[in-house]
Amino acid sequence: MKINVPHIAKLANLPLKPQEKDKFEKQLSEILSYVEKLSEVDTKDSETTSQVTGLENITREDEVSPSLTQEEALSNTKNKHNGLFKVKAILED
Amino acid sequence: MKLNELTIKRAREGLRNKNFSSVELTRACLEQIKKHNKNLNAFITVTEKKALEDAKNADQHINNLAIGQFNNYPLLGIPIAHKDLFSTKGIKTTAASKVLEDYIPAYDATVVKKLKDAGAVIVGKTNLDAWAHGSSGENSDFGPAKNPWNTEYVPGGSSSGSAVSVASDMCLAATGTDTGGSIRLPASFNNIVGLKPTYGRVSRYGIIAMASSLDSIGHFTKTVEDSALFFDITSGQDIFDATTLPNPTESFTKNLEKGIKGMRIGFPKILKENSQELEYLGYFEIAKRLIQKLGAELIPIDIKHEECAIACYYIIQPSEVSSNLARYDGIRFGNNRENFGDEAKRRIMLGTYTLSAGYYDAYYKKAMQVRTLIKKDFDEAFKNVDALISPVSPTPPWKLGEKISDPLKMYLSDVFTVTANLAGIPGLALPIGFTKNRLPVGMQILGPHFSEAKLFQIGHAYEQATEWYSQKPNL
Repeated sequence: MKINVPHIAKLANLPLKPQEKDKFEKQLSEILSYVEKLSEVDTKDSETTSQVTGLENITREDEVSPSLTQEEALSNTKNKHNGLFKVKAILED
Repeated sequence: MKLNELTIKRAREGLRNKNFSSVELTRACLEQIKKHNKNLNAFITVTEKKALEDAKNADQHINNLAIGQFNNYPLLGIPIAHKDLFSTKGIKTTAASKVLEDYIPAYDATVVKKLKDAGAVIVGKTNLDAWAHGSSGENSDFGPAKNPWNTEYVPGGSSSGSAVSVASDMCLAATGTDTGGSIRLPASFNNIVGLKPTYGRVSRYGIIAMASSLDSIGHFTKTVEDSALFFDITSGQDIFDATTLPNPTESFTKNLEKGIKGMRIGFPKILKENSQELEYLGYFEIAKRLIQKLGAELIPIDIKHEECAIACYYIIQPSEVSSNLARYDGIRFGNNRENFGDEAKRRIMLGTYTLSAGYYDAYYKKAMQVRTLIKKDFDEAFKNVDALISPVSPTPPWKLGEKISDPLKMYLSDVFTVTANLAGIPGLALPIGFTKNRLPVGMQILGPHFSEAKLFQIGHAYEQATEWYSQKPNL
């Protein structure tokens, strides 16, 4: 199993150093070869399980309650401007 | 016995009878941390000043309490530690990753709040494999925690520091998370008790998510009884976590003294293939015989799909990891994505790959179908037995560095533990002895959903007959 590490890293928005590519390619390929063994399991009549305890449609009342203040919400950012988060431009003119 | 070596139960008796104060108890823990943390690296942050203030307040509270009110605060004045994955308001929470090295949460996780409300004193935040990714503790970006029984060996992960802090008497109990064995494995490597509850029994709110369909929130204690006491506090419904289950109606300590006479207890029919050291398996055989001697009937059980559990787990878990770690972009808090360590990068890429277009059906969907088969195997088994026992790990603790360059080998350390997470069932790990090199060995007791009270019952009976908890590492 060959994995295209630069492509996957790009999808995951993960900056890699050039020298990391070969190491990860080898390690990830080994792991993928190992998990391949699942293909031998017969799952024809098997549903998927994502929620193990069987709870369904859990909702709560939509009530107004105190939340973080603007100051608290901004307390951990290194990029703020006029009380807002500062992000890089998405569209340029 | 030194104060920091007490169990929660004994410390509570001492505090209630005013044999000593919470300040004295907390100071004993802080002194132990000062003496040994340099060597063991169990804590990332020690909150000495706040802990002593809280202990002082607890002492005042104890003095002012009317008779009978003491039981309303089941941890009043008791020093505990939190895995550094639990959000603590005003206290740095790093997930042992450089991405969050200076992150200070603006709120408490639900469990943190519940424990505070019960009166607990927090002495600090413990080390872990970064983002809870690992089986040895070595993936911490702040250096590995060391096994207090022999510092050349790993303490097990990912909740490495929590296990070490309890085993070396730096606190009386500590929180942890178990996504594939991260509580049970380090508990068994440290001669202490670790509980992985039923999925959804404890709120995940405010705890940095790893793999959301598998994450279970539990804890480490010195004894089974302490584990039950602690679980009385942490378990229950939380409006901030929709997977949480209705509040338990009775105390988890209710069955402790009932013994295991007449119980039917299953054990794995085949173990050899999964374990590399036969000598090590001998300890489990001894434990089995004792369970029988205590009056339970032993029944061989075959979890048919156990052999593909690791493959199943290492698809589902990285897939969910890649999604959960996508939020760390360095904009609202923390540093940017260049700061992820190797293991986080591996899991993010693995999960991104298995979820990507064209591969989803072959990997993630397939794994979720196999998960159903594993769950059914357990459902079937529990029609026939009250609980299952098995080793926690296929080997005793290994040396630092031994598996670090071979991720797949490291993943296979979870072979006996991941099944419980896939099926969402509870597991209680407890000590069953020591190897010839005096490294701890553990066993896990697994039961059907919501069977924690029964697991405590079995565990307590076994513990009363063996008292491994009385053995302490020579620090």
